[in-house]
Amino acid sequence: MALSPTGRHRAGWADPLFRVGTGAVAVLVIAVVLGILVVLLNDSMLSVRKFGLSFWRTRTWDPVAGEFGALPFIWGTLYSSVLALLLAMPVALGIAIFLSELCPRWLRQPLAFLTELLAAIPSIVYGLWGIFVLAPAVRWLEVHTPEALRRTPFFSGPPLGVGMLAAALVLAVMVIPFTATVAREILKAVPVSQREAAYALGATRWEAIRLAVHYGRIGIVGAVMLGFGRALGETMAVTMVIGNNPQVALSLFAPQHTMAAVLANEFTEAADTLYLNALVEIGLVLFIITVAINGLSRLLIWRMDRTRARPTVIKTVPLAA
Amino acid sequence: MNAFIRIGQVRVLGALALATLLSACGGGQTPPVAQGSPETSGQGAAAAGGDGGQINGAGATFPNPIYSKWFSEYTKSHPDVRINYQPIGSGGGIRQLTAQTVFFGATDGPMTDDQLRTAPGPILHLPTVLGAVVPVYNLPEVTAELKFSGPLLADIYLGKVKKWNDTAIAKENPGVKLPATDIAVAHRSDGSGTTYIFVDYLSKVSPEFKQKVGVATSVNWPVGVGGKGNEGVAGVVKQTPGAIGYVELIYALQNNIPYGSVKNKAGAYLKASLESVTAAAAASAASMPADFRVSITNADGKEAYPIASYTWILLYQSPTDKDKGRKMVAFMRWAITDGEAYAKDLGYAPLPDSVVKLEQDALGKIQVQ
Repeated sequence: MALSPTGRHRAGWADPLFRVGTGAVAVLVIAVVLGILVVLLNDSMLSVRKFGLSFWRTRTWDPVAGEFGALPFIWGTLYSSVLALLLAMPVALGIAIFLSELCPRWLRQPLAFLTELLAAIPSIVYGLWGIFVLAPAVRWLEVHTPEALRRTPFFSGPPLGVGMLAAALVLAVMVIPFTATVAREILKAVPVSQREAAYALGATRWEAIRLAVHYGRIGIVGAVMLGFGRALGETMAVTMVIGNNPQVALSLFAPQHTMAAVLANEFTEAADTLYLNALVEIGLVLFIITVAINGLSRLLIWRMDRTRARPTVIKTVPLAA
Repeated sequence: MNAFIRIGQVRVLGALALATLLSACGGGQTPPVAQGSPETSGQGAAAAGGDGGQINGAGATFPNPIYSKWFSEYTKSHPDVRINYQPIGSGGGIRQLTAQTVFFGATDGPMTDDQLRTAPGPILHLPTVLGAVVPVYNLPEVTAELKFSGPLLADIYLGKVKKWNDTAIAKENPGVKLPATDIAVAHRSDGSGTTYIFVDYLSKVSPEFKQKVGVATSVNWPVGVGGKGNEGVAGVVKQTPGAIGYVELIYALQNNIPYGSVKNKAGAYLKASLESVTAAAAASAASMPADFRVSITNADGKEAYPIASYTWILLYQSPTDKDKGRKMVAFMRWAITDGEAYAKDLGYAPLPDSVVKLEQDALGKIQVQ
């Protein structure tokens, strides 16, 4: 029967048209990404030619002398994002597990809503909160850090409040809602039969949750990577609290800089051609690093996917006779 | 230079929100508003439609509040002139003017000879108002107002003077009991005319600073923490005992931030005020070069505050659109005379009369026939 549920004749061209339409949109995404790459390459040519690969390992950033290197910014971006991820991951997974597995029904909706609300706060607000609330608190913490710790490279330097630690904390708070929300959806999607099977085998609640997390681990890695991507690209909040000093330092107390922050800071006033080209090359470096990290996470997921084919063995404590 | 708590910008934001609302109500039938400030383009749509005759400009953020005021006041008395200004930063303004995508530019630092050479035609610098930069600090133990000299500020920003009880600071402030606190240096992290004025001054008074750091809107600072915008620097200074920073005079005045006085070339300690900034301009007016590309930091004169600067509007000497050129020249004549009355209320120092006279002559040389 060539009749649609509404009774009218089904148009023969609707399906192909829909396919072409959605296909075009998908191709558009690829075109945009390629377009970005072309523009970045084109507009940074001068700097790419002049500095070559040494751009990646030079520590100087001197607009007056015309010497540019990206190393402090690459370091700052990766260091702050990794720290933020380490801080955010346990909290975000805790929230996700609590919401999907343990939370009383009446609390679930308000709590989920509040978590998602965190994601809706503009980053400039996070930045102002960082300057006026977080930085003084971090400074207090820095002043009261025991002398023995202050001598280690991780906690050296004067207590300024703004710096790597403040940036990592702000980033962590900003990343948590993304990771938590996606991870909760993943855990919700774990079939009930999985949990029931675990309970039927005599698993405790803890073991059943472990099973659910294990079942959804690929999605959870994806959720974590989403947060990492967000941390890599975050600009405004970071630049307001990181101290914007381009140096490669291990110390959490030291002011540092990131790639996104230097772009936001210096792009508007850069009138010199080489300077502009160097700034665009920073954008190119950020682009390459983002693509590389996404590729690595794909690889990680793919490898996990392969191991998934094997049966999962959950060790349960034998029931007492 | 952006201070986002300014009335002018808030109004523009409000207008933007309104414009969005209005276009939402129109159910998508209204055509997209032409590029530019919603304020002016809104009026444009009501009056003539399209952008026929609209004069577009872009550049420095620092003078944006007074430029917005000028353009809206001027349009009230001259309904046929609509000027639209985008505060995208001095560097962006110079780029857009050179690419001829805007009719006029605006900058906080004069264009360099290189930049002028790459432009398709001769460009005129026209001073509009003046701004100043002041040192701010946070020393809870010290109640007296601190005094600084130029070389002292340079040494602090070079990282050579590290503690507040350093003899170099004590020498400028006899009788003040200074604590042994470390100095935490704060500077602007964003490219900014404020930084340009400050390092221009430090380079004039300290050969070492000139050689190690130099003059630009962004520099490679040897020490310190970068704060984004005036509010970022003020934030760091406020939160950190022992901190020193520099902000625009307007920002310090509007936010009641106490600031120190600076020793000028004549040896007098001056606290920046709108009067002492205009005095700095008046003192150097006699030696004003014909193209107005002048730095008035470290100016002569007992009353002259040493860290002050003009901000300029940039115009092609021979504009391609003669009609717009005529309108813009007429506007400029109004701005530097009647328009200057709005300066003080908005926290800008008005031009001294001697400079206004010189500029009237310069405006006469723009080829608009």
